[in-house]
Amino acid sequence: MTLYRFVMMIPRWWLLLMVVPALADEGIFDQYRDLMGDDNPAIFVIEEGEEFWVQSQGPSAATLEACDLGLGTGVTRGAYAQFPRYFADTDRVMDIETRLLYCMETLQGRDREVIAAKPYSLRGDFGTELEALVTWLAAESEGMTIAPEQAHPKERAMYAMGEEIFFYRAGPHDFSCATCHEQSNKRIRLQQLPNLTEHTEVAEAYGSWPAYRMSQGLVRTMGWRLQDCFRQQRWPGLIFGSEVSIALQTYMAVNATGGIMTAPGLKR
Amino acid sequence: MKDTAKGRVSRRRLLNWAAALGALMTLPARAWATVSRPETAFDATALDQALMALGQTPTRHEGVIFTTPDIAENGAVVPIRVEVDQTVLPNVSKVSVLVEMNPNPLAAVFDIAPGTEVYIETRVKVAQTGNLYAVVESDGQLFMASRETKVTLGGCGG
Amino acid sequence: MAGRIKIRAQKKGELTEVKALMRHPMETGMRKDQAGESIPAHFITEVAVLHGDQTVMQAHWGAAVSANPFLGVRFQGGQSGDAVRVVWTDNQGGTGEGETTIR
Repeated sequence: MTLYRFVMMIPRWWLLLMVVPALADEGIFDQYRDLMGDDNPAIFVIEEGEEFWVQSQGPSAATLEACDLGLGTGVTRGAYAQFPRYFADTDRVMDIETRLLYCMETLQGRDREVIAAKPYSLRGDFGTELEALVTWLAAESEGMTIAPEQAHPKERAMYAMGEEIFFYRAGPHDFSCATCHEQSNKRIRLQQLPNLTEHTEVAEAYGSWPAYRMSQGLVRTMGWRLQDCFRQQRWPGLIFGSEVSIALQTYMAVNATGGIMTAPGLKR
Repeated sequence: MKDTAKGRVSRRRLLNWAAALGALMTLPARAWATVSRPETAFDATALDQALMALGQTPTRHEGVIFTTPDIAENGAVVPIRVEVDQTVLPNVSKVSVLVEMNPNPLAAVFDIAPGTEVYIETRVKVAQTGNLYAVVESDGQLFMASRETKVTLGGCGG
Repeated sequence: MAGRIKIRAQKKGELTEVKALMRHPMETGMRKDQAGESIPAHFITEVAVLHGDQTVMQAHWGAAVSANPFLGVRFQGGQSGDAVRVVWTDNQGGTGEGETTIR
């Protein structure tokens, strides 16, 4: 019996059954998103971020306008898209949030521990300064190519660390990031899980954070997103501004290189 | 009151209504609110209670075009649209939106100058899967459309 | 931050379509914060859309309207260049206002 004959024996509708499960998940929220339209409350947070940038604060009564985000003093356009990156003045790789804290400390004389103690909104809050600044800076990179620096050995080492952590299984459920994010076309409940090892998918995922989280009424950053992943994996808490956080962001950003920044996004 | 020359009558009513509202707008905020806000209906904790506070049990009418998603990505932000086909249901002066399974089903009441376009879009919180209602008032009578919207819990539960 | 409204208004044939996004927590009063304390209710109770000095639509809202609320309406008439305003008051006595011109 030839393969052709064998296949022709299968009732045609059986073949459809194999295809439908994959299609059934496609676009389940299309109708919802169509009805939502484009109006994203993140637009307010962008403005709030810009206001914080030019606001005099701290013992030095200075603004953040002299902050160097990698493209020169005060250059904000396109800066977010090139994070995480190495900075000579601190001799380490920094993400956007740790870099902002550095500028708050050195330019404004503020205590970084105070800000690091509560960087993100809690239930009932309407947004933090850091969330707003990150949102505005991401918007300053909107439409630009994701291009984190990888020229410096420390930058490359950060990528390697991120990759190692991504595949590292731990915690009571023996989860790694890869458990949920290494395959395409997977979902948890009705939430599509991006494959963060595949370029198109990680570019779309990485490029859409920070994002307005509808279920929380807040814009959340990638740093926050990673903390929440650790919580959901039942891992120990991810320390704000830690090397682990920066390493994972580096891993994703480098995998996303060449993609386009679309943030701030609109998510569930 | 019969509308003879429709344009003339509706414009007069519109101007009277607008003048009344204009007067209301200059009042202190609290005074404006207590004049026209259906407080009892907003306080109702069950659907039929809210509907009675709005006036009566509405009857279904195909002129009420109610659009909600079959399934919402989250329950905190559910987009809805209410339109009225004025060729079959004219003189709509009020549109109310109710979410049956919410602790307080009445979400919003829109006052519209009679005779003008009825097209409203907003986003409401839907506590759990259940029916949403668009209730319109026309010449003192209530008509409605309803749709079920499913609400999903996100990802790992949050 | 408080009171901001982003408004777009454009002609759609004979109608004018207005889309407004408002900055407001729309707190129901039923949530508790991380420390277990009740978060006070804070939501827009009245909102109006004005075309020139005519109120096109007035709405009464409960706390079930989503945070950072969206409002879309269409009304007859309106010309390019006409002013459209959206105003609101909330249950704590706060107010918000925004203005645009019809495209």
